[in-house]
Amino acid sequence: MVRHATIPPQPTRRAWLQQLGRVAGSGAVYAALTQLGLAQASPARADFGLGRAPKGARVLVLGAGLAGLVSAYELHRAGYQVQLLEYQARPGGRCWTLRGGDRYTELGGASQHCEFAPGEYFNPGPWRIPYHHHGVLGYCKRLGVALQPFIQVNHNAYVHGQQAFGGKPQRWRELQADFQGQVSELLAKVVQQHQLDETLSSEDQARLLEALRSHGALDAQGRYRAGEIAAERRGFGPQPGGGVSAAPPHDQPLGLHDVLASGLAGRLDLGSGFEYQMPLFQPVGGMDAIARALAKAVGPRIRYRARVTEIQQDERGVTAQYEDLARPGAQLSVSADWCICTLPLAVLSQVEMRISPALRAAIDAVSYFAAVKVGLQFGRRFWEEDEGIYGGISSTDLAIRTIGYPSHHFHARKGVLLGAYAFGANAYEFSALAPAERVREALRLGAQIHPQYPAEFEHGMAVAWHRHPATLGCFAWWTQAARERHYAQLLRMDGRLMLAGEHASLLPAWQEGAVLSAQHAVTALHAKASA
Amino acid sequence: MKKQFLLTLSLLALPALALDEPRFSAGWGFDQRSGPALYAAICAGCHMPDGRGARGAAAYPALAGNARLAATPYLLRMILKGGKAMPAFAGVLDDGQVGAVAGEVLRRFGPPGANPIGKDEVAALRAAIQQEQRSQAP
Repeated sequence: MVRHATIPPQPTRRAWLQQLGRVAGSGAVYAALTQLGLAQASPARADFGLGRAPKGARVLVLGAGLAGLVSAYELHRAGYQVQLLEYQARPGGRCWTLRGGDRYTELGGASQHCEFAPGEYFNPGPWRIPYHHHGVLGYCKRLGVALQPFIQVNHNAYVHGQQAFGGKPQRWRELQADFQGQVSELLAKVVQQHQLDETLSSEDQARLLEALRSHGALDAQGRYRAGEIAAERRGFGPQPGGGVSAAPPHDQPLGLHDVLASGLAGRLDLGSGFEYQMPLFQPVGGMDAIARALAKAVGPRIRYRARVTEIQQDERGVTAQYEDLARPGAQLSVSADWCICTLPLAVLSQVEMRISPALRAAIDAVSYFAAVKVGLQFGRRFWEEDEGIYGGISSTDLAIRTIGYPSHHFHARKGVLLGAYAFGANAYEFSALAPAERVREALRLGAQIHPQYPAEFEHGMAVAWHRHPATLGCFAWWTQAARERHYAQLLRMDGRLMLAGEHASLLPAWQEGAVLSAQHAVTALHAKASA
Repeated sequence: MKKQFLLTLSLLALPALALDEPRFSAGWGFDQRSGPALYAAICAGCHMPDGRGARGAAAYPALAGNARLAATPYLLRMILKGGKAMPAFAGVLDDGQVGAVAGEVLRRFGPPGANPIGKDEVAALRAAIQQEQRSQAP
C-alpha cells in the first residue's frame, strides 16, 4: 500500500507554512508570522488585554465559537458594551463535547440521541492542545479550566496496514525500534566500509558510530540483533519479571526489508510534527469546558438561536439582521458601533454584507476541509485490559484512519473511543452515509484492529462536519494560491467590520488560530475605535 | 428464481451503487468510477442522496429542479474549481470521473435529454481553469 504512504497521518495546517518555507525559506515563514503578530505571540501574550474602551462604545460580535467568545471577553473586559449573536443553542461552536442526553441534528435532518454513560464523552471537534498554544492555554489558566495530559504517542498502540504483515496490527514500539535500529545499522555499515571518508572526518565518523549505537540500540559491532540491547527498545516477548522462570528468549526483530515492504515505516511520525510533540493537553471532562468558562465570563450577552442573514454598515455604525430561530420567520436587527464577525466563511459567503469587493472575494475563495469523527462507547475497556493500551492513537490505512484511546478515566468500567477520524475522500464517503451507517462502518473496519468490537459495543455518535448546521465544514482549507491572493485582505478592517476565526489565522483547524485571530481583531478594532 | 428476486430487490434498495464499486477509497483521490457511485460518495454528503440540498446557518443548494444545471459548463466548473462552500474536486477526480458524476447529476436532476459528458470536454475546461488561475496569480 505504497500509495497510502503519501497520506499524512493528520490533517494539519503545517502544509502551507512548510510550502512557504520550501519556496521562500524559513525567514519568510517567520516574517509572515511576525507580520500577523503571531510569531511573537507566545509567552508574551499571557497578559493580553486592551486598554480602556472609549466611553459607551458598542461592539456586535457574530458567532460564539472560541473566536467570538475571546473577542467578547476581551472587549467586555476593556469596557466595551458587547452583544453576541449565535446560531446554535450553546456556546463554543466547534469547541464541543457530546455527552449522554445530548441530541444532535445534522443537515438533512438526521438526529442522533447521545446515550453515553454518565461521565463519558466525545469531542467531535478539537480534542488536543499542544503545549505551545499559549493563547488557548492562557485562557484555560486565567479562567480556571482544569487540564490533564492528552496522550498523543503511545508506544504500545498500533500501526496497521491492510496489506502489511497479513493485516495484523503492529505495536508502534516494535516497528519504530526495528526501523530505527535497522537504519542505524545500515548507516554504521556505510561508515565502517569507509564510504563516508570524503564526507566526514575520521573523528566525526567515530562520533557518528557511537551515536548510532545508542540511537539504534546497536551492539558493540554496530549490529541490530535479537538480544538484551534491542529488547530494551522493542520490548520483550514474554516480559521478564520476578519469580524463578528462566530468562525469556528475545524476539527476532523485523528485518529492514520487512519494515520497508510493509509500507508502515512512513507512518511512525505520529508525534514528530510541532503540533503533535508531547506534552499535549485536554480539558478535564471535555473540550467544551473552555467554551463554558469563556461564556460564563462573558455573561448574559449572548443571544442564542439567532441566524444572521445580513450585515450592513455605514460611517455611523453596523447593523445585523437576524432570524430568531425560536420564532421562525421573525426578522430582528441589532446595531452597534463596530462588529467582529466570526462566522465560518462557508456561512458568511451566503450572508448579504456591505463590504469591499476585495473582502467579498476573499470570503468566497475558501472552501472547507472535510472530516468525520465517530465516538464509540464500549462496555469494557478491552484496549486497556487485553492489550495494555492506555491512551494514545493507533493509525490505520482503513477509512477510519485513526483510533483514539481516552487519556482519562483509566480502569473505568466503560470507555469511549474515537473510532474514526476520516479526512480527504474518506470523509466525503463517510459524510454521505446516514449517521447510524457511519457508526456501523466504523465498527466493521475497527474490528480488523480490535476483534473485541462486536462483543463490547454499546453506543456510537457520528459527526460529519460538512453536515454540521452551523459550520458547513470542518475548517478553512486554504490553498496556497488563495493565501497569497486573499489572506491579507481577509485580515484588514473593512469599514467598521473585522473578521476573526480559525479561517483568519495561519493555524487553521486549531483553536489557537481562533484565539490569536480574535486577539488580532480586537486589537485592530480597539486601535481604530480609540483613534 | 428466489435468488434472482433477491438480487432485483437489493438493486432496487441501492439504486445509486454499482455492485463492484468501493464504498471507501484508498487514498486522497476517489476510486469510484461510475456516476451513481461517485454521486453517492461525494455529492450526497451535502446535496443529500435525493438532491434536495439542506439549510442550516447557510444552505447547500438543491440539485433537484436547479435551473443552473441547464448550463453544463457551469456544473463542470463547480465540480472542478468549486466556489464558496463548494470544494474543488479537480485534484481528486480525473476527467472521466468528473464527466461521470456530472452526467449523473444531469441525468437525475437536469433538464430532460441532456447528453453524456465526454472526457475531452472536461479536459478542455480543466485546462482553461488552470490557465485562468495562472493568470490571476499575484
